[in-house]
Amino acid sequence: MRDFNLSERLYKDSWLARYSPKRVIRRVKELTLKQAIKKAGIYLLLLSLSLLFVGPFLWLFSTALKSSSEAIMQFPPQFIPKNPTLKNFIHVWNVLNLDRFMLNSVLVTGFTVLLNVFLSAAAAYPLARMDFFGRDWIFYAILSTMMIPRQLTYIPLFILMNKIGLVNTYAGMILPFGVEAFGVFIMRQSYYSVPEDLENSARVDGANEFQIWWKVVLPLVKPGMAALGIFVFIGSWSRFLWPLIIAQDKSRYTLTVGLEFLQGFFTGNWRYIAAGSVISVVPIILFFIFTQRFFIEGLSGALKQ
Amino acid sequence: MVNRKSYVPFMFLGPGMVFLGIFLFYPTIRLFILSFHKYDMITPMEYVGLQNYQMIVSDPKFHQAFLNSWIYLLVTPILIVISFLVAILVNRKLPGISLFRAIYYLPVVTSMVVVGIAWRWMYQQQGLLNMVLKAVNFPGAPFGFLTSTSLSLPSVMWVTIWKGIGYYMVIFLAGLQAIPEQLYEAGRVDGANFWQLHLHVTLPQIRPQVVLVFILSSINALKVFTEVFVMTKGGPLDSSLTMVVYIYRQAFDFFKFGYASALGVIIFLSILIFSIFNMRRSRGGQAIR
Repeated sequence: MRDFNLSERLYKDSWLARYSPKRVIRRVKELTLKQAIKKAGIYLLLLSLSLLFVGPFLWLFSTALKSSSEAIMQFPPQFIPKNPTLKNFIHVWNVLNLDRFMLNSVLVTGFTVLLNVFLSAAAAYPLARMDFFGRDWIFYAILSTMMIPRQLTYIPLFILMNKIGLVNTYAGMILPFGVEAFGVFIMRQSYYSVPEDLENSARVDGANEFQIWWKVVLPLVKPGMAALGIFVFIGSWSRFLWPLIIAQDKSRYTLTVGLEFLQGFFTGNWRYIAAGSVISVVPIILFFIFTQRFFIEGLSGALKQ
Repeated sequence: MVNRKSYVPFMFLGPGMVFLGIFLFYPTIRLFILSFHKYDMITPMEYVGLQNYQMIVSDPKFHQAFLNSWIYLLVTPILIVISFLVAILVNRKLPGISLFRAIYYLPVVTSMVVVGIAWRWMYQQQGLLNMVLKAVNFPGAPFGFLTSTSLSLPSVMWVTIWKGIGYYMVIFLAGLQAIPEQLYEAGRVDGANFWQLHLHVTLPQIRPQVVLVFILSSINALKVFTEVFVMTKGGPLDSSLTMVVYIYRQAFDFFKFGYASALGVIIFLSILIFSIFNMRRSRGGQAIR
């Protein structure tokens, strides 16, 4: 079992490293003409599809860069701003508490990730490693919660939060998503992929169950924890309906709710709306660039390492 | 396995179970109870029997939302076809292919609020989409994509499709990569062309993935909220109103928590029956590994 070094692995597997100009040129030289035409066709298709998927984002970005002297709805459309400016970003940042929204999103997402990783890792351990009465039933009960459409529970959940005084608090935003069946499932799979010998030898040495879990087993399932953390991060960062319900004033808005508010606040001023959207999307795009293989290659690929 | 004190497993399980109990099981049960009550969070809860359900039957707005949500299910076959084709396209070893996969996946990781805003901007009367359509002299352009009652729902549905393609592409991709190469070689020897190969070799092999995508995307379609809320708020004239948006309105605009819960129960049961039916029919157990 080699050491799990996340950053190094993410770089090595990134397209940045894999497709350096040198390597690309060498491969192009090895082609025959017929292959080359077919490949060019495929790349053309791939590129036009890329335009479909990043186009709306790029258009938003281009709009955000346009100064107030430049028309944003003219025909024909101007894709590259004539006098690109950062004024819109600065204005939006200053007028709205975008930094506050950002901070709230970071806090809520951070704690949600920590809670999920910790609670799932703990709950999945006995489900994978111990033999006790009702184990399978408990696992099925946890799995069955995947069938519950979460948004539908928000009404009673809101009433509950109101009763215990957690409306408009960080705790109210974080706790309901502290653990999910999905996470327990992933962690259970991770434990299964780790051999039991180490635990047994630790047990012979007289360690108690908690020590074994914390010091011996947990370090071995770090890849699973990382994968889970990444998935929870994305889910939490883009969560909208629950923060919309539970955050009652602007000081508690997350970025998604803040953006929806911004959309109403700057009605029709698309330069500002676009600038706010771009600001909110930058962190997630950066995050995605470094973790994309976890998504594209699927969970099983990520866990196999 | 060794003998342990019987409470040990529950020390590990405890915290997680408490969370699930309080924040998931309890609200689910309360949803059903609440649906038989009248409650606005100010006056005490009042038992009204089946009154909420009777109101639903004769609520024209609910009929509209219910119909729209079922129309919304049309995104499912479209998503299956497009994602499958895109998966075939990116299922090859080419320099830079992982970059393209990542690009197609980008909308999946972006929040629906940003995606909704980006597309609302595309959809404007003077927006990019209308400009392009005008430039190619498309008959009828410019369109009021989000402002006409006939176009608002399809326009929002397209955003759901656009954002989902990457996600389902990855599921199909996993299925495609598990198909043994010999099957294709045998097909080629028999003289099958590109489309015949995929129709007779690929499709039967990735049936579990088709079922999985079908179930996931249809459940998501029935639960749709954010894209509608961000882009149209259900308008104009409720033409894009879906069930969850309607529930949100009833609960958090009008504080009719009992009525909203009854609506929730209806959707809950629809989704449950729908997914159980589909899993049964297709022996979905093999699809969800």
